[in-house]
Amino acid sequence: MSEKITYREAVRKGIREAMENDKRVFLMGEDVGHYGGSYAVSMGFLELFGSERIIDTPLSESAFTGAGIGAALGGMRPIVEIMTVNFSLLALDQIMNNAATLLHMSGGQFNVPLVIRMATGGGKQLAAQHSHSLEGLYAHIPGLKVLIPATVQDAYDMVALALADPDPVLIFENVMLYNIKGELDTEALPLVIGKAKTERTGKDLTILTYGISLFKALEAAEILSSEGIDAEVIDLRSLRPLDDETIMNSVAKTHRVMIVDEGWKSGSISAEIMARINEQAFFELDAPMGRVCTVEVPIPYASHLEQAALPSTEKIVTMGRKLMEKS
Amino acid sequence: MELDLAREFYRKMLLIRRFEEKCVELYSKEKIRGFLHLYIGEEAIAVGIMDALSPEDAVFTTYRDHGQALARGIQPNRILAEMYGKVEGCSRGRGGSMHLFDAHTHFYGGNAIVAGGLPLAVGMALADKMMKRNRVTVCIFGDGAVAEGEFHESLNLAALWHLPVLFVCENNGYAMGTALEFTESETNISLKAAAYRISSRQVDGMDVVAVAEAAQEAVSEIRAGNGPVFIECLTYRFRAHSMFDAERYREKSEVEEWKKKDPLLLLHQRFPNIDIDKYETEIVQIIDEAVDFAENGTLESIDDLEKFVYSCEVIP
Ligand SMILES: Cc1ncc(C[n+]2csc(CCOP(=O)(O)OP(=O)(O)O)c2C)c(N)n1
Ligand SMILES: [Mg+2]
Repeated sequence: MSEKITYREAVRKGIREAMENDKRVFLMGEDVGHYGGSYAVSMGFLELFGSERIIDTPLSESAFTGAGIGAALGGMRPIVEIMTVNFSLLALDQIMNNAATLLHMSGGQFNVPLVIRMATGGGKQLAAQHSHSLEGLYAHIPGLKVLIPATVQDAYDMVALALADPDPVLIFENVMLYNIKGELDTEALPLVIGKAKTERTGKDLTILTYGISLFKALEAAEILSSEGIDAEVIDLRSLRPLDDETIMNSVAKTHRVMIVDEGWKSGSISAEIMARINEQAFFELDAPMGRVCTVEVPIPYASHLEQAALPSTEKIVTMGRKLMEKS
Repeated sequence: MELDLAREFYRKMLLIRRFEEKCVELYSKEKIRGFLHLYIGEEAIAVGIMDALSPEDAVFTTYRDHGQALARGIQPNRILAEMYGKVEGCSRGRGGSMHLFDAHTHFYGGNAIVAGGLPLAVGMALADKMMKRNRVTVCIFGDGAVAEGEFHESLNLAALWHLPVLFVCENNGYAMGTALEFTESETNISLKAAAYRISSRQVDGMDVVAVAEAAQEAVSEIRAGNGPVFIECLTYRFRAHSMFDAERYREKSEVEEWKKKDPLLLLHQRFPNIDIDKYETEIVQIIDEAVDFAENGTLESIDDLEKFVYSCEVIP
């Protein structure tokens, strides 16, 4: 069965069904209940599931994320919502020092089946404390899995996928995507964590991307195609684990690579991907790889500056042309 | 209290009120973007607190910062230009509504991480103490901040190190859509401060005179070297949390009830001789001028996008 819904509705549907199917699943975070979720994902859930399973927490990111870890250890399947990725830094200690380490430190005795969802990304003129893309930073941490749904289908599927995992999974929802509509097939094959998806096939150039940048890359690929450049666009979907196989296969086909990442360039996931391609597919490359990332500045408020800081279709097209010039 | 001072308070509160009403209008015209948090209903706090400060004192506040910025004396022109994202703005268009800054008035923001300003205020006061500057640092935050670890850690440090900080909690009963009784086991916030052995009190935050008196007293205690003081102001926001809030979490009747305690109304009832019309006219002009100033401001060149990441780009 297929229907056209928004990204917000897809996440919402994913959570609702998970809660209906498994009594151990509950949602907690700031304003998930009475307010209806800061991005309205859980609107009406309080009435539907009651205050024991839809828990409005105080502004205590570290404590309620830690409580999520504890509840997961205790047999529950918590979904912790952190309003915006910048606020997750207040919970970074719990995520990095506890969620990511307990299984290992306990010699495999205690796993943490926790899901943490958070909103990410720039574009709404919210300035430097609300607009960053830190998923690459989280992808640095062994013990975590990092999922980034770009499409409506993935936004829905990844909720169940994350909940089914025995280890902590972070899901990053880009704030600019919530109102975007897309096709949802509720009978689609189940996903597996760590499988990228080729959204557009091409033979000249591989564009590796994820999240909202996928749509910019697809748009850019159309423009490049009108200029005779046939780009392949891959949605990575998971930054940890990365799908090396899909990446290297594409590189072996096109011999040219561009990475589009809303994170900053230095020490980023795009840098990691380049390093892996160097390690695993160096001799496949016909040209140096290229990157389109966010300019290395805290995101400014003024719209024209913010837009200039973020990756854009135009920047991707320009980079695509440049990569094709070199041979 | 003197009639002259009452007039001054009224004028300042009215300026904040009318300024923000204009902001709403400009927001719907998409001149201002991002999050816009209104202070309407809470004006007595900023005006009463700032009255007790000297020009040297330092201020740290939250993202709901227009009232504090105006009361502290930052020019309306520069505040509005900031919301327009123009270079003439008090943060050069880099910060927007939530991040107003002004070195001249020692206004250290405009912090959009809830409770993020408390440790900074503690550090500023520590520097003052170490450098033997007789200054007060005021730190303003909402009731929501009380749940964060940084609140507790900062209060403890300020008390332990005997620092000249005035903590001001704007308790409007809600953190976004979550009422205080759903998030605090003890809803009397001043008691929490008292538990850290901080001299602490609760005041009617709708009454500018009460706030001003409490602030005066607190500031003289602090200047006398008696360590930090905590004031909890009981208040209410008349408008939604931000421009994206359906207000499903509270009854209209509750809002109406609090509007009877409108700080402008209360002050005028007490001082019927205040000539409201005079101020209205004066303020319309100030605001019109601010709109002109913001409209005619300049957008920073995109070539300068990467400026202000490191100080070498600022200090010649
Ligand atoms: C650390 C952190 N967590 C969450 C948020 C999102 N947020 C912004 S304002 C707010 C409510 C804060 O309420 P309160 O401190 O009472 O201030 P008020 O808005 O009532 O003035 C929340 C949850 C944030 N900005 N920072
Ligand atoms: Mg509040």
